Amino acid sequence: MTSSSQERMTMSFTIALAGNPNCGKTTLFNALTGASQRVGNWPGVTIDKKVGKIKGTDSELVDLPGIYSLSPYSPEEVVSRNFIVEERPDAIINIVDATNLERNLFLTMQLIDMGRPMVVALNMMDQIEAAGDEIDIDGLSKALGVPVVPISASKKRNIDELVSTIQSVAENKTAPAVSKYDDSIEIVVEAAMKELSGKVPEDSLRFYAFKLIEGDSLIDEVAPGSREAISSWIKDMEETFDDSADSIIADSRYERIGQAVSGVCKRAPRSDKGTRSDRIDRIVTNRWLGLPIFAVIIAAVYFIAMYDGKLGTSPGAWATGWLNDYIGDELIPMVEEWCVDAGVSDILTGLLCDGILNGVGAVIGFLPQMIVLFICLVILEEIGYMARVAFVMDRIFRYFNLSGKSFIPLLVGTGCGIPGVMACRTIESEADRRITAMTVTFMPCGAKLPVIAAITAALAGAWWVGVCAYFGGIILVITSGIILKKFKHLAGKPAPFIMELPPYHVPGLFTSIKSVFDRSWAFVKKAGTIILLTMILIWFLSHFTLSFDYIDPDEDMGDSILAAIGGVIAYIFMPLGWGDSWELASASITGLIAKEDLIGTLAIVLGGNPDLDEDAVGELLALILQDSAIVSFFTFNMYCAPCFAAIGAIHRELGTWKHTAIAVAYQCLLAYFVSIIVYVVYGTIIGDTIDWYSYVLAAIDAVILIYLLVAKDPFRQLGKADPEGAEE
Amino acid sequence: MSTLKEAAVGSTVKVKKLNGEGASKRHIMDMGITKGVEIYVRKVAPLGDPIEVTVRGYELSLRKEYAEMIEVE
Repeated sequence: MTSSSQERMTMSFTIALAGNPNCGKTTLFNALTGASQRVGNWPGVTIDKKVGKIKGTDSELVDLPGIYSLSPYSPEEVVSRNFIVEERPDAIINIVDATNLERNLFLTMQLIDMGRPMVVALNMMDQIEAAGDEIDIDGLSKALGVPVVPISASKKRNIDELVSTIQSVAENKTAPAVSKYDDSIEIVVEAAMKELSGKVPEDSLRFYAFKLIEGDSLIDEVAPGSREAISSWIKDMEETFDDSADSIIADSRYERIGQAVSGVCKRAPRSDKGTRSDRIDRIVTNRWLGLPIFAVIIAAVYFIAMYDGKLGTSPGAWATGWLNDYIGDELIPMVEEWCVDAGVSDILTGLLCDGILNGVGAVIGFLPQMIVLFICLVILEEIGYMARVAFVMDRIFRYFNLSGKSFIPLLVGTGCGIPGVMACRTIESEADRRITAMTVTFMPCGAKLPVIAAITAALAGAWWVGVCAYFGGIILVITSGIILKKFKHLAGKPAPFIMELPPYHVPGLFTSIKSVFDRSWAFVKKAGTIILLTMILIWFLSHFTLSFDYIDPDEDMGDSILAAIGGVIAYIFMPLGWGDSWELASASITGLIAKEDLIGTLAIVLGGNPDLDEDAVGELLALILQDSAIVSFFTFNMYCAPCFAAIGAIHRELGTWKHTAIAVAYQCLLAYFVSIIVYVVYGTIIGDTIDWYSYVLAAIDAVILIYLLVAKDPFRQLGKADPEGAEE
Repeated sequence: MSTLKEAAVGSTVKVKKLNGEGASKRHIMDMGITKGVEIYVRKVAPLGDPIEVTVRGYELSLRKEYAEMIEVE
């Protein structure tokens, strides 16, 4: 390496990495940046923004979301083009899947028009060679007007050349050569550029000109009125081609790509049987075998990560059981002993052991299970099966206004709501992702099982409690899908179900491990911050009286602040048949730590003994409540706000505390409405005494719910332009 | 006039025109379905919808309601 190129390597630039989904972008990003990555959020949306330093240089690489185009319709596309237009990176690496050239180059053509220095990283060259295909790199580079570097991100081939090329392009500010289209189009582009000149960045003029011709909403922001100014030009062009302007532009882009590719690509003849991926796909999404195979795969994930029952214990459940036991039986007593030996005050010991370690431990205890689950999910994703899940399940889920991909989070949610909410990340449509994240925790998770056991005992062994819990959860998810889509913020844009089914491939080891690690770490961080704070708060409320005297809640919880709060909010629950019992209200609050804590609290406040089992707690409940009220207590606690850890996960998906608060309020209100209706209906059937105000409230709630369900959806417009103001 | 929705599984059709407007049409074009391109209809999902096609050398799945916007011959 000469000294000047060494110098160049150490220069510091901002480089953007852009490319289609499924083209190996994450693998390339990892290969270029190694361990120097930071993850944040793009402003205003819950899309990960990854930034890292390119190895061997001082340049910063910004990973743009995977996109097919620079249209204004998805948040990913808007984020990407805003970044390029506003932040003006020194250069762009456009990663292109060489096995899928034509469609990948569609984005390339648009990026070129943005006028920033650019390099095309032609990925998957190993597969091209394996198939016996040939691509003339120089020819492609000439046809596109930008440097092309053939690479294989997964095999780390030619990465150094890519780095030195991008550094040199950034240093020399080499703008791409623009390829012109048909004259009758270029005339209009010319007119548009003249109209926009001075109103937009000069080097991106051509990009804006096309946006103006396509009728992109971007133009209304930067140069209002310019569409009218060139409307006669556009009209002439549309008449010449007998088509709409946006179609003409897209057609010419693809036509130009077709010419470029046909000249430089030699495809080896394919066998009649198709590729290995084709053969796998023929079976996996087969008309008849598709659903059974789906069921088997889902069952396998369930049995590896979550199952714990008569047939044995899954690795995931075993690992989590072990860690929970370790924290509860070894770690906490050890710390307690250590505190006593060191003469730490009782209050501080209590805060540390009962409050912090117990609370955070309840969450961290789930970590091993979550890692197992994340491994399963990442493998399915990397293989390419997740896209097929959407393909197979779409028909069912669209009736509830959700995507087929919502199935996975809901299933995972039956194990634990936190990874369930986190699994929402794979859903492309932002509205679907938000709604799924808000409703996942309606599914009964592992921590709700002790509650189900206690209620079964309280109702003299009623077998249907568990079954109803699951069906109730599913019904609430479905109704929520229908209700929530009618609200402006969640209506989103009608996300067209037009989805690439990427070829199946063997998962990359490093990328998979990193993906599992990232998700697990996000979970630990959540447990370490917000959950810690809320745990301390709840501990404080249950260990101090209103005059701030320290008490032992195992003895006199009735004097605690928590009991006082419970006494006040108990009035809210009177219509649900809970009487004016502060005990039940306070227990519902402690359910926010972890749902199984509900049983622990009831054991203390009803039985005076923290070690009572679920059956004993159930029998105590039956002493103070009539059957219909037991059912309403159960219903409310199954479906109201989930534990703090899950709320934290929901916050991560929704992005703001305001939306998180709305989500939690929605869950609590819906749970309240449903509980009161269940209470009144069930109570009437079995002949319990029910107060008049319960009837009144139940009737009002039922009317509201029915209205929300049957009211016309103001945003449902298939195949039409996006609804006005559907944006926040 | 027939649309991609009516095309039989196993057949290859050629795109004549795209109907509709806004996000859906834009997305269809972004994915490489433009005038003159050949589309091979691979299969229908187990529950009858969506369909899977091969276009420009890759696999694409789309709901029938969008396939209906694509005029073919």
